[in-house]
Amino acid sequence: MVMRRSDAFITALGVLSVLFVLTFADAGMKIDGARQALERERALVQGLGLTDLCLFTEARYTRHPTQADLHTPFQDHPLALEHFPTGSLFPPQPVYATDADIHPQTEIPD
Amino acid sequence: MIELSEVRKVFNQGKPNEFCAIRGISLRIEAHEITVLKGPSGSGKTTLLSLIGCLARPSSGRITLNGRALSGLPERFLTDVRRRTFGFVFQHFNLIKGLTVLENVMLPAYPAGPEWSALRRQAQQLLERFGIGAKAGYKVEWLSGGEAQRVAICRALINDPEVLIADEPTANLDTKLSREFMEIVRMLKEQGKTVILTSHDPVVFAAPVVDRLIEVRDGLIAGGA
Amino acid sequence: MLTFIRRQKYLIDYTLSSLLRRKTKNLGLLLVYTLIVFLLASVMLYTHALQREAGIILAESPELIVQRMVAGRHDLVPAEYLEALRGIRGVRAAQGRLWGYYYDPVVKANYTLLVPADRALQRGEIVVGAGVARTHNMGRGDYLTLRAADGKAMPLRVADVLHHESELVSADLILLGEADYREFFRIDAGLYTDLALQVRNPREVRTIAEKVTRLFPDTRPILREEILRTYDSIFNWRQGIVVVLLSGAILAFAIFAWDKASGLSAEEKREIGILKAIGWETSDVIRMKFWEGAVISLSAFLGGYLLAYLHVFYGAAMLFEPVLKGWAVLYPAFRPVPFIDGLQVATLFFLTVFPYTAATIVPVWRAAIMDPDAVMR
Repeated sequence: MVMRRSDAFITALGVLSVLFVLTFADAGMKIDGARQALERERALVQGLGLTDLCLFTEARYTRHPTQADLHTPFQDHPLALEHFPTGSLFPPQPVYATDADIHPQTEIPD
Repeated sequence: MIELSEVRKVFNQGKPNEFCAIRGISLRIEAHEITVLKGPSGSGKTTLLSLIGCLARPSSGRITLNGRALSGLPERFLTDVRRRTFGFVFQHFNLIKGLTVLENVMLPAYPAGPEWSALRRQAQQLLERFGIGAKAGYKVEWLSGGEAQRVAICRALINDPEVLIADEPTANLDTKLSREFMEIVRMLKEQGKTVILTSHDPVVFAAPVVDRLIEVRDGLIAGGA
Repeated sequence: MLTFIRRQKYLIDYTLSSLLRRKTKNLGLLLVYTLIVFLLASVMLYTHALQREAGIILAESPELIVQRMVAGRHDLVPAEYLEALRGIRGVRAAQGRLWGYYYDPVVKANYTLLVPADRALQRGEIVVGAGVARTHNMGRGDYLTLRAADGKAMPLRVADVLHHESELVSADLILLGEADYREFFRIDAGLYTDLALQVRNPREVRTIAEKVTRLFPDTRPILREEILRTYDSIFNWRQGIVVVLLSGAILAFAIFAWDKASGLSAEEKREIGILKAIGWETSDVIRMKFWEGAVISLSAFLGGYLLAYLHVFYGAAMLFEPVLKGWAVLYPAFRPVPFIDGLQVATLFFLTVFPYTAATIVPVWRAAIMDPDAVMR
């Protein structure tokens, strides 16, 4: 006899829910497993004095967004096309506290 | 068992198209009898049937079931009473398309939540009793008119109601099938069911099993035996 | 309680039978719904994991970097600045950093050349990031020839390859010795790319930055907390942008789903009338419709989320690769560490399951309160 529809559905939903919970357990385990690797990464960052993630290597301001000066081009609009899509994925350079606080008399921060 | 006193039913009350379908009917329907409401179309017999079967509330007047007044009950209780007391066979059968015969028969029992395997067995037995057990797994749209009506009857009986109500049961059937239907009605009466029908088909109202014939005309009772 | 469960199961039975009647339409709906949850969840999981990882590892980046600006451009810093900065009270140490970019026309990739502070390299020796090694298909002992600033080819021997687990920060790095670096870029001994300061008391870092700009008005200090803040905002922005890009699809789906879920066809209305006539209460009909919405949206949420989890944390988010790659040739290969934000997942759950379910229930409410005798007329 074929399975009752609600039983089939509840079983499927149960299986999916268990898998859902398992993703959190799996994530926890993976994070534990990655601790040493993260520690080594931190050591590398500290040792080499790195400042940025190596996600986008196509331009200065995408490779080192935190080090780019405020005159780098087209960082201001999601539809900027010069390095699409990377350029669109970058927010305008935030005005650093030190830029804003230190020279209140400066009209254009650099 | 069912008593109506001075029942009126007005549709679209207060609007320009106000229409009075039932204009003051008092009536008593006895248990274990077969009652036929006879009348031309537009006479109000279907409206009267839906009032008797608690599908609609009267605009004024009282309806009592086994001495209990129904008019003032809130919807939930009325639905409950209707589900336990009445089984309906509609003129166009009103089976739910795309579902199997068995599912259609089981539907009225869903809100009560009985045990599934017991309900399934009961539905299957009903279908066997009416000679369509083999069609249990069919989709209802594949059935012939006579088969569809039997399924509708099975569905009406699944909650084991005291009263079976059928609106124009033979309207979509040929004479042979209509006779078979009256045979089923006779069988149900023998089992102690109360049956209330509307019809203007002589095969129905002239049948020997009918205990009482009530003629409805223009929202009033024109004559009754 | 038992009756309650039995009743819900009957309602699910009915709902499933009813959904299966329009199999292609409803399966199509489920598929599109799952796909949208999948995309949204992938973006959420991916960016959140990267954000957390960036926060953890970049917490070790220099406390304070001092750049010199000339005519709006980042310029080399003379060594005298270094001495003067060391004199600021509260500065524990200061080093000149040497780094820069190199465009490799052979593979059309950009590298970051850096003189490491933590290791001494022999003349002619380099250590490369795993991305560089992969792009050139080379390993320890191989030679990489770069064209120096004076136009001469400079063969460099790969002494080591950085571990691939650190690709997120090191994929494009080429580490070389100071002498090689200066020769390569023709940078005089008294100049640095920028300066890194260590501060005695981390709470004073802002005050020290202020002192630095007072001492050298042509410099721009960059604090570590600003680096971290930049990455926070980059990922929030990116997530926002992808959601914006997706919003077209989401909107189209919303219209479709609304139409599907909320519009009751004449047939559905008739069915509700029949159900009411044969003894279903209004609340039963509403519960049945609730299950109809819940069956679709719960399946789509769980399915979409699970697929997204597999995609991001087991499939290295391969669908996003073209987006992240952009024009770059060199791209880090890494599997994000699965940091999951429970609140984000809960938000996704509420945003996907509730509106749809509500959209299925609302119109039925109007239909379900109609008189059951409607089917007799």
